[in-house]
Amino acid sequence: MTNPILSLNSVTKTFRTGGREVRAVDGVSFDVAEGECLAIVGESGSGKTTIANMILGIYPPTSGTIAYRGEVLPRRRALSHRRAIQLVQQNPLSSLNPKRTVGASLRLPLDVHGIGDRSRRWERTGELLEEVGLPADFRSRAPAALSGGQRQRVAIARALACESDLVVLDEPTSALDVLVQARILRLLKELRERRGLTYLFITHDLAVVRNIADRVAVFEKGRMVEIDDVEAIFTRPQHPYTRGLISAVPVVTREEQELKDSLTKEEA
Amino acid sequence: MTAPTLLIRDLHLGFKTYGGLVEVLHGISLHIGQGERVALVGESGSGKSVTARLVIGLLQMMRGARVSGLLQFEGRNLEKLSAAERHALRGTRMSMIFQDPTSSLNPIYTVGAQFQEVLRRAAPAIDRAAAMEKAARLLDEVLIPDPARVLASYPFQLSGGMNQRVMIAMALANEPSLLIADEPGTALDVTVQAQTLRLMRDVVERHGTSVLFISHNLGVVREFADRVYVIYKGRIVEQARTADLFENPRHPYTQALMRAIPRVTGGGLPEIEEESERFLEPLVVHEGCGEPGGMA
Repeated sequence: MTNPILSLNSVTKTFRTGGREVRAVDGVSFDVAEGECLAIVGESGSGKTTIANMILGIYPPTSGTIAYRGEVLPRRRALSHRRAIQLVQQNPLSSLNPKRTVGASLRLPLDVHGIGDRSRRWERTGELLEEVGLPADFRSRAPAALSGGQRQRVAIARALACESDLVVLDEPTSALDVLVQARILRLLKELRERRGLTYLFITHDLAVVRNIADRVAVFEKGRMVEIDDVEAIFTRPQHPYTRGLISAVPVVTREEQELKDSLTKEEA
Repeated sequence: MTAPTLLIRDLHLGFKTYGGLVEVLHGISLHIGQGERVALVGESGSGKSVTARLVIGLLQMMRGARVSGLLQFEGRNLEKLSAAERHALRGTRMSMIFQDPTSSLNPIYTVGAQFQEVLRRAAPAIDRAAAMEKAARLLDEVLIPDPARVLASYPFQLSGGMNQRVMIAMALANEPSLLIADEPGTALDVTVQAQTLRLMRDVVERHGTSVLFISHNLGVVREFADRVYVIYKGRIVEQARTADLFENPRHPYTQALMRAIPRVTGGGLPEIEEESERFLEPLVVHEGCGEPGGMA
């Protein structure tokens, strides 16, 4: 891959709990191309959130390196690194400070990174809200006064506030109803096209992955078992674990059931 | 014809608040025949979980709850029973499984001790040895390897999938005629969820248990239920046999729900209209799925 925006090179993370060593992420290497949406899928304990946390710099890898635009990220991140990579979490109710108005939450990254002058920043929060499909006067509201979908839109606006180019989305729609999920997924797609963003989309929902990702990396117990284009993953999954994941998805149409049946047949 | 296991007719529920009475169920009717698996599917806030809690009788105790309508269980009007009679039904004739198995088991008692408590509900005189033997047999039925080890364990020592199986075994321990399952397995991984659903389906089929299955996930409903009621904002909007509903959803709300679900075969992200007036159109009843007694 020429000039990837992010490269992981033999990244390993071990945690010590009660005298035992747990290898949460085990020798993982992959590149993320600028502008792509790479999905990271796996079940609980597969290491997908640990990878996200290392990319965000919450803790460093035990060994291996993570490079952003060719520059290996140090253990202590500079402000510019933190500005470039942003996060949207699963539950917007807990990721937004309940005591801050929406406007104050959106303004914080602008203040931290010194973007625009003071009067401009307030204006900017309104523009951000409009960009994610909310009225600008939502600035004065508390998160508790918003619906789940509206809150997630605010969390997305916050991630975009400091013009980052890589967004880590950690199960961004898992806590939402299906109609709301569909709208948020469309919004994410539009924002990516408009702003040329790169997404690292972490999820366990393969039906979502099929419709939003360009490539898919499948994780099992800290190891990456398969990485390929989305089309290939779903039509010709190589690893039995990937086949198992796809055939466990609860589906609603006959075509989907046929796809699942064909995968389980190969298994037998 | 014998009475259906569960019959709900024109059920209203409101809560008294400072701002007056807020109605959350606007008169819903549904029934579950003997041995039938019926799903009530809807989004958050649609009223599906409160319906389940009304059936088991947990919500009526809440101050400010205003309930009207008919709730009939095996031909008996539940609202006419005394508190003691209703209490006697719970855990014996009807039982419930909740979303998160690990938090619905008590962390400070072993699985065995909790199992014995459940069995005592139906057989107060059962001794420990007999209870453990019966519990082991029940755990064996939900394909738990080494039941003796599981009975001696605390819930936090077991995986979520294992706890879910324990919950299923406990819920069915006293041979209830009605099992209420509120989003079972939503907190679990997809592969584990798929396994436990299949398992639960097999076990209830073998026991002839009727099930009220509450879910927001249409895919899960399709794999589990014989019949489906779709609920939206406290009203049933469509009722049909599972295959008919998925082949031919007729209510605008059901159609929007179906469209909104991303397909594992691809096809892109659907355009979803905003909350539509049409979602409030009247109930659509598919052929042969009306309520007993002719009242829809």
